[in-house]
Amino acid sequence: MTGGVTLAARAQRADDGRRPRAWLRHAPRITVALFLVPIGAGLLGTALPAFGWLPGLHPRHWTLSPWRALWAAPGFGTAVGLTLMSGLSATILAVVLTFGCCAHLSHRPPGRLVRGLMGPILAAPHAAMAIGVGFLLAPSGWIVRLLSPWLTGWHQPPDIATVQDPYGIALTVGLLVKEIPYLLLMSLSALGQVPARRQLEVAAALGYGRTSAWLKLVLPQLYAQLRLPIYAVLAYALSVVDMALILGPSNPPTLSVLALRWFSSPHVQMYFPAAAAALLQLGIVAASIAAWRAGEVLIASLARRWIARGARHSVLEPLAALARGVVGGLMLLGASSLLALAVWSVAAVWRFPDLLPQRWSGAVWHQQAGTILWPLGTTLLVAAAASAAALLLVLACLEQEQRCGAPVRSRMLWLLYVPLLVPQIAFLFGTQVLFTVLRLDGTLLAVIWSHLLFVLPYVFLSLSDPWRALDPRYARTALALGSSPARVFLRIKLPLLLRPVLVAAAVGVAVSIDQYLPTIFAGAGRVVTLTSEAVTLASGGDRRVTGVFAVLQSVLPLAGYGLAVLVPRLKRGPWRAGSIS
Amino acid sequence: MAVGALLGLLAMRPAAASNWPSVLARARGQHVYFDAWGGSERVNAYIAWVSRQVAACCDVTLREVPLEDTAQAVTQVIAEKAAGQNHAGTIDLIWINGPNFDALKRRGLLYGPFAQRLPNDRLVRRSDPEIRYDFTVPVDGYESPWRTAQLVFVYDSAYVKHVPLDIRAFPAWARRHPGRFTFPQVQNFLGVAFLEQALYALAPNPAVLLRPVTPAAFAQASAPLWAWFAQLRPYLWRHGREYPASGPAERQLLEDGEIDLMPSFDPASAAAAVLAGRLPKSVRTVVLRGGTLGNASFVAIPYNARHKAGAMVVANFLLSPAAQARAGEIRALGGPTVLDLKALTDAQRARFQAQAKDPWMPPPAALRHVLPEPHPSWAVRLAAAWERRYTP
Repeated sequence: MTGGVTLAARAQRADDGRRPRAWLRHAPRITVALFLVPIGAGLLGTALPAFGWLPGLHPRHWTLSPWRALWAAPGFGTAVGLTLMSGLSATILAVVLTFGCCAHLSHRPPGRLVRGLMGPILAAPHAAMAIGVGFLLAPSGWIVRLLSPWLTGWHQPPDIATVQDPYGIALTVGLLVKEIPYLLLMSLSALGQVPARRQLEVAAALGYGRTSAWLKLVLPQLYAQLRLPIYAVLAYALSVVDMALILGPSNPPTLSVLALRWFSSPHVQMYFPAAAAALLQLGIVAASIAAWRAGEVLIASLARRWIARGARHSVLEPLAALARGVVGGLMLLGASSLLALAVWSVAAVWRFPDLLPQRWSGAVWHQQAGTILWPLGTTLLVAAAASAAALLLVLACLEQEQRCGAPVRSRMLWLLYVPLLVPQIAFLFGTQVLFTVLRLDGTLLAVIWSHLLFVLPYVFLSLSDPWRALDPRYARTALALGSSPARVFLRIKLPLLLRPVLVAAAVGVAVSIDQYLPTIFAGAGRVVTLTSEAVTLASGGDRRVTGVFAVLQSVLPLAGYGLAVLVPRLKRGPWRAGSIS
Repeated sequence: MAVGALLGLLAMRPAAASNWPSVLARARGQHVYFDAWGGSERVNAYIAWVSRQVAACCDVTLREVPLEDTAQAVTQVIAEKAAGQNHAGTIDLIWINGPNFDALKRRGLLYGPFAQRLPNDRLVRRSDPEIRYDFTVPVDGYESPWRTAQLVFVYDSAYVKHVPLDIRAFPAWARRHPGRFTFPQVQNFLGVAFLEQALYALAPNPAVLLRPVTPAAFAQASAPLWAWFAQLRPYLWRHGREYPASGPAERQLLEDGEIDLMPSFDPASAAAAVLAGRLPKSVRTVVLRGGTLGNASFVAIPYNARHKAGAMVVANFLLSPAAQARAGEIRALGGPTVLDLKALTDAQRARFQAQAKDPWMPPPAALRHVLPEPHPSWAVRLAAAWERRYTP
C-alpha cells in the first residue's frame, strides 16, 4: 500500500518536472474552437429564422409567427408523435436487446456469425442499409417473394404497408439493425476494461445465474462507459433524416424530414417554420436525454434494492436468450439487406415473385466504373483526413487531461456532442453561410472540417472511456522509472490501448463515409463522395445503381474495421491490446 | 441609365452575333459547374456527353453537380446572397424551371437576359407558349430551353388492357383495380402535376389557372377536384394514405408489380426503362384525350456565377442541332426537341425524322397537344390544400 502511494507521489513529481508542451496544453481549447465556430454560426443560423429573422434576406422584426406556422402545419402533431415513438422505441429496444445479448453471451465472446455480420452492418451507411431493409420488408420484397406464390398464393404483391407504415415500425426496425451493432461494439470495447470473467466466476460460485450475474455485476460497471454512446443513439434515432426518408411514412413524415422538406423548398418563407421545427427537434432531443437520465436514476435506485435482495432469478435466462435470438435475427436481416443490394447491382430483369433475377448483367458496374473513381478517391481522402485529425485532437485532449490530472469539464465535453444532438439540416445551413463568408465553400477543406464535426465526437465517444479506464499505475510506474511523458504515451498507453484507438479510427472513417448532408452543404455539391452520389441516385429510386454504390460504401469502412480488429491481433507480445484485463 | 438601356435595346440582335466571339474567347479554359437534378442516370449520361463535346469544341470544362432536389441550388444561391458572395458564386449553370425559376427571378438572382445572345437561340421554336413562359412566368431571356417534358401515363399491358384516357374516368377504373394506381406525393412536382391535370379537366373555367391564384378562384376551381378525389382516394395504392416519393420511386413500384399504372413527366422514360431491362416489354405509354400538361426544361445562370461566358457556351451548345438530335434519341433523353424543325437545314432535319418509333413511346401525334402549366402559385396552393385535407 505504502509502496503504491510513494510511487504515485514520485510519478506526480516527475510529471510536474516536465510541463506539457504548449500546443498540448491548448489542445482542448483548439478542439472546442474548431467546433464552436461552425456550430455557433450554424445554431445562430437556425435560431434567428425561428424567430422571424433571416440575415441578408428578410430584415424583419422579431416574431413568433414561425412557431404558429409550425403549430398549424398539416400533420405536425402526428409528425412529433411519430418522431418520439420511432426514436424512443428504437433506442429503448436497442439498449435492452444489446444488454440482453451481452448478458447471454457473458460466458464467451460473441459467436463467429454475429461478429462476421457485425462488420458489414456497422460499415454500411444508413441510407444504403435503409434501401436494403426496405426491399426486404416491402410487400414485393425478398421475404414475401420467398413465400410466394407457393405458400401465400400471391402472384401480385399484396397492398399492405409493411414499409413506410404510419406507425414507423419499419423505420424502427431499420434503426435497430444499424444501432444494435454499434452499441454491441461499444459494449465489447468497454468490456475490455472490466474484469468481468473473474467476477462472473465468483457470482456463479455463489449460485447466481449467468444473466442475473451479468446484469448485477458487470452492467453497473459498464453503463458509465456506454452512457454517451446511448445518448448519441437516442439523439440520432430521434432526428435521423436519410433512413426516415426511405423507411418512414411520408404523410406526414418525422419532424426532421418535415424540416428538411421546408428547408429545401424554393419558397424562402418556408425557412421560418423549418428553423422552428429544427429548434423543436433540438428541444425534443434534449428533453428525451433528460428523461433518459431520470430513468437511469430511477432504475439505478430500484436495481440497488434488487441487487441487495440477492435473489437468484431463473426467469432472466430465457429472456436473455430471446434477446440474443432477436439480435441475431436483426443482424441476419441487415446482412440479407446488403446482400439484396449486391444482387440488385447485377440484376438485369428481376420481377415479383422471382426470388432471384431472371437475367443477370454486369452492365451497371461497367457503366459506373468510369464515373466512380473520382468520388471514391474523394471519399477516401476526406475520411482519412477527418479521422486522422479527429484522432490527433482527441488523443491530445486525453493526454493533456491526464497530464494535468484535471478531467475535461463536463460542460466542455457536452459541447463536443452538440453536432450529434442538433439536427444536421438545421445547423448546416448556418455553417454553409459561414464557409461562404470564409470563401471556403465547395472546397475539400470545408468538407473535411464539416465531417470533423461529426467524426470527432464519435472518435471521442469510443476512445475517451477506455482511455480513462486504463489503470493509471502503468503510467505512474513508467514515470517513476524515469520515462518521459511522451515516451509513456508512445510506449505504454498507445500500445496498451491499440485496439480502442484503432476501433476509434475505424469508427471515424465509417462516420465520415456515412455523411450526406455535411458533404452537400460544405461541398456546395462540388465535392462528390460515394455517399452524396448514392443518396442522389437513391432519390432516383434505382436499386441497381444504388446497389453498386452501397456495396462500395460498405466495403470501404469494412476494410477499416477489419484493420482495427486484425492489427492488434498480429501484434503479439507483451503489448498486445487484449492483455489488459 | 436610360441611355444605356436604350442602347442595349437597339443593340440587342446585331450585337448578339458580333459579341459571340468574345464570349467564346472568355469561355476558353473556364470550369463550368452545372447544378442539375442527378436522380436520372440517363440525364447524367447525357450531360457527360455534353461535357465531352464542349471540351472538344470550345475548351470549356463542364462539371455536373448532381442535386437531389433543384431547390438545393436555389438555397445555395440564396445563401451566397446572404453571405454577400456577389461575384464568385459556386454555381455557373442550373437546370431549372417553374417554381425554382420563379423564386430566383423574382429576387433578381439570375443573370441576364442572356438567351438572345446565344447564336442558336434563333433555331428555338418560339411559337410554343411553354418555351416563352415557364409555368406562366415570362422567360424574358433569363433562361434558355434545352428539352421538353409532358405528362404521360405508363401502364403494364400484361395486367391491364384498358386504362382511363380521361381524368373523370380514373375513380371508376381504380374501383375496378383497387390498389393498382397511385401518383407521387404532392411535395414532388409530378404529384402536384397530376392534381393540376385533374384541375384542368374538372375546373369550371380552366383559364383562371394561368393567372396568379386568389382564394376565391382557388375555392371555385378546386371544389370539383375534391369531390373527384374523394371517390378516387380509397382505391389508390395503400388506400391513399401513403404515396411514393418521386417518379423514379414509382417506376420501381411498377417494376416490382405493386402497381399497374403511373404518371410520368418524361414521355420516353418507359421506353428507356424497357431498353435498360428495368420495365417489362409489356409496358405502354399513353396521353390523355384533350392533351396533358407540358413544359420545357431550361438552364439559367445565377447572378453571381463566376464563369458566365462558359455557362453561355454550354447553353448555346445544348441548343445546337447536334445536341438536340442526340437528346431526342430514346437511349439519351427522348422526347420532342425545343427547336423549330423548319429553321434547320435538310441534313439537320433528317437526324430528327430518322428517330425510330417504338411501341413503348406514346404516339407522336398525341404529344402535340400540350396544356400550359398553371401559374406556380397554383401548385403551391394546391399542394398546401391537399396537405391540409389529407394529412392525418
